[in-house]
Amino acid sequence: MKAPGDVDIPDLGLGTFVPDAGAAPLSRMLAAQAAIELRLALRQGEQVLLTLVIPVLLTLLLVLGSLVETDGSGRADYFLPGILALAIVSSSFTGLAIATGFERKYGVLKRLGATAMPRSVLLGGKTLAVLGMEVVQLAVLAGLGLALGWEPRGALPGALVLVLLGTAAFAALGLLLAGTLRAEATLAAANLVWFLLLLGGGLLLPLTRLSESAASVLQFLPSAALADGLRAAFQGGTLFPAQEALILLAWAVLAFAAAVRWFRWE
Amino acid sequence: MQPSAVEVVGLVKRYGDILALDDVHVDVPAGSVLAMLGPNGAGKTTAVEICEGFRRPDAGTVRVLGLDPDRDARILRPRVGVMLQGGGAYPAARSGEMLRLVASFAHRPHDPATLLDALGLASVARTPVKRLSGGQRQRLSLAMAIVGRPELVFLDEPTAGLDPAARHATWQVIEGLRRDGATVVLTTHFMDEAERLADTVVVLDHGRIVAKGSPRELTRAGMSGQVSFRAVAGLDLSGLGAVLPSGTQVSEPSPGRYVVQSPVDPELLAAVTGWCARQNVLAQDLQVQRRSLEDVFLELTGRELRS
Repeated sequence: MKAPGDVDIPDLGLGTFVPDAGAAPLSRMLAAQAAIELRLALRQGEQVLLTLVIPVLLTLLLVLGSLVETDGSGRADYFLPGILALAIVSSSFTGLAIATGFERKYGVLKRLGATAMPRSVLLGGKTLAVLGMEVVQLAVLAGLGLALGWEPRGALPGALVLVLLGTAAFAALGLLLAGTLRAEATLAAANLVWFLLLLGGGLLLPLTRLSESAASVLQFLPSAALADGLRAAFQGGTLFPAQEALILLAWAVLAFAAAVRWFRWE
Repeated sequence: MQPSAVEVVGLVKRYGDILALDDVHVDVPAGSVLAMLGPNGAGKTTAVEICEGFRRPDAGTVRVLGLDPDRDARILRPRVGVMLQGGGAYPAARSGEMLRLVASFAHRPHDPATLLDALGLASVARTPVKRLSGGQRQRLSLAMAIVGRPELVFLDEPTAGLDPAARHATWQVIEGLRRDGATVVLTTHFMDEAERLADTVVVLDHGRIVAKGSPRELTRAGMSGQVSFRAVAGLDLSGLGAVLPSGTQVSEPSPGRYVVQSPVDPELLAAVTGWCARQNVLAQDLQVQRRSLEDVFLELTGRELRS
């Protein structure tokens, strides 16, 4: 006789559980991990707000409005590189840090660490998911920018290198944050840093709008290097923005080394 | 004799001043089920997590499938299934999605849909993990542990918080694993679970093993069970003592209530009721109490298991 609410158990026939263990190919693990990370990021309202909605709204506000003055160049040309840099900081730093912090809190990292998937593949999956998110962001924001009159000039390969270096630097910083602080502290810190960099880190406005002494220090921030490098690359500079690339590379190496050293999985 | 799937020798683990594990020895033959029984804080999870490679012991050696769980983690992880307390699924992932993810790490996994069905989770396959009930989460976690067809499975409190039906489903899976040759190490504080599922029970308390053996050995050894009944007060019990095995204690703790303390088996019961018949005494409220693992634990530690 069955009580209401009883679980119907299908036949677990003889031999169902005969052991046949083994790891899948690394490529399959990487693809599966990247796919779920990206799906979860796109599904989560806060993440989409941070990575897409806010940059889109800022683009509309800055380019169509007259809230902030430009230096005389076209409004879209003036603001778009910084907004692209902001989008990269949003997904590779703030979004990654918050998600990873809570995965650590809820034991997801520990649980995945008990599977056949090596930790390098987990980090690789996260990286691919961030890059996938950036493709979506750049497509949306560049499309919007072009529609609003953005005329990017100059070398696309240079910009691409900066995007990759910036992603590496901010992802390493995000993982460092998520792997050392409590999830709630990571949430607060990642949002605060995002906001500070937006205003004073060269994202919204070039550092040239600030005092010279402040700019001389702030130019070494990864956000300033990324945004200024993108401005240089898109505003027709012929030379590769080597100084900015070097600054980002240095941040990436240092933050990665620190994350390897201090990241705690549980 | 089967080779050992897990071999733990002289295991010691300290957290600061607290001795979490104190000279623990455990041997789990391949293809058997071992249950670690004990109250919260006894060291069960610490012991299991050392075997899983999550923690390093301070002393002693651990071999899992003949390998070192820390140094050989890369080789062991694909062969060992793990169910952690708390689950560890992405809260925002759907349960089916989560199980498919873990399945994609194994070279020949179970069909995730079949497994969800077997554990009564088919109807919540599209429900995010954070909206599952505690019991559903537990079963998803069990599914994640076994989806890769592991040789050895560690289940940390697999039935905590489950309703009877879900508990039964979990037991069936564990019995299926044993039947088909997998090795299972589980922790529990349910006596009936250990008695039903385990070939070997290890009773842990304050990081020490206080008893070890098959459920039968544990319930038979040491102090006995008892038979009690009511009858007219003041019976002469010397005759009853004479027909019972030596060492049996017979007493009348309160007027008209009689207690026979002895390992309880059919012969003892026949001897007691036969004596009553010869005395023309009607034994009422006849109660047979065999020792359960619950009693064993109480005797060994002086505490209730779930206090």
